[in-house]
Amino acid sequence: MSKNITVRYFAGFREHAGVGEETVSVTAETAGDVYELLKDRHGSEEPLGHCKVAINDEMADWSSPVNDGDTVLLFPPVAGG
Amino acid sequence: MRISDRTIEPDKLRETLTDDAAGGYVAFEGWIRNENEGQEVLRLEYEVYGPLAIKEGAKIIEEARAKYPIQHADCVHREGLLEIGECAVWVGVTSAHRDEAFAACRFIIDEVKTRLPIWKKEFYVNGDSGWVNCERCAAHAHPHPERKIAGQ
Repeated sequence: MSKNITVRYFAGFREHAGVGEETVSVTAETAGDVYELLKDRHGSEEPLGHCKVAINDEMADWSSPVNDGDTVLLFPPVAGG
Repeated sequence: MRISDRTIEPDKLRETLTDDAAGGYVAFEGWIRNENEGQEVLRLEYEVYGPLAIKEGAKIIEEARAKYPIQHADCVHREGLLEIGECAVWVGVTSAHRDEAFAACRFIIDEVKTRLPIWKKEFYVNGDSGWVNCERCAAHAHPHPERKIAGQ
C-alpha cells in the first residue's frame, strides 16, 4: 500500500530535484526504500552509507520504518568545518 | 552549540568559557582557505539544516563531557556566504589540565565535521562552483594521506 511521504532535499540533492520539498506517494517500508525509489529526483549515485537520513527531524537509519504522513529528510554527504 | 550567520568572534566566545577551576583553554578555529584539491577558491557557502545541526552538535558536546573530565565546551558554526580568511567554525574547551582540553577539542571538531547536516559549496576563480563532497570524510573520520604534516 502506498504512503504519502513529504521528502526534503538538501544541497546537491535539492539542486538536482529543483525543489526543496515535495510530497510523494510511494510504496516504501524503510527510509532506504524512499532513497532508492527517488533516485531520479535526488540524482545521487552515492552509496547509502555516505548519505544520512532523518525522519520527522530525528536522525534515523536507512532501515528505519517510514509511516504515512512522515517527513523524510535526505542528506547528501556532509562537509562541515 | 550554535549556528550563526554573523562573523565568529573567538575572543568573545573565549570569555564565555572562563572558570576559576580551569587551568587550560584549547580552541580550534576553522578558516576559509583559498585552495581545495588544486582549485583556487574565491568564496564558500555553507548550507546548514539548523534544527538538526544544533541538536546533533549539543549531543557531541555532551559526549565530549562524558568522555573527558572538562569544565566547559562549546561550538559555533557559520552558515551562508563566507570569504577567504573568515572563521567558519570555532570549538572551545576548558579543563583543569591541558591533556583533556586538547583531546576533547579534537573529538568535538572531528565529530562536527562528519555528523552535522552541513554542506559547503565552493566558488572557484575560474567561474565554476561545486558542493564539496569527501566521500571518505562522510563515511568516517580519516587522515588525508596526501597531506604531509611538517615534522612527521
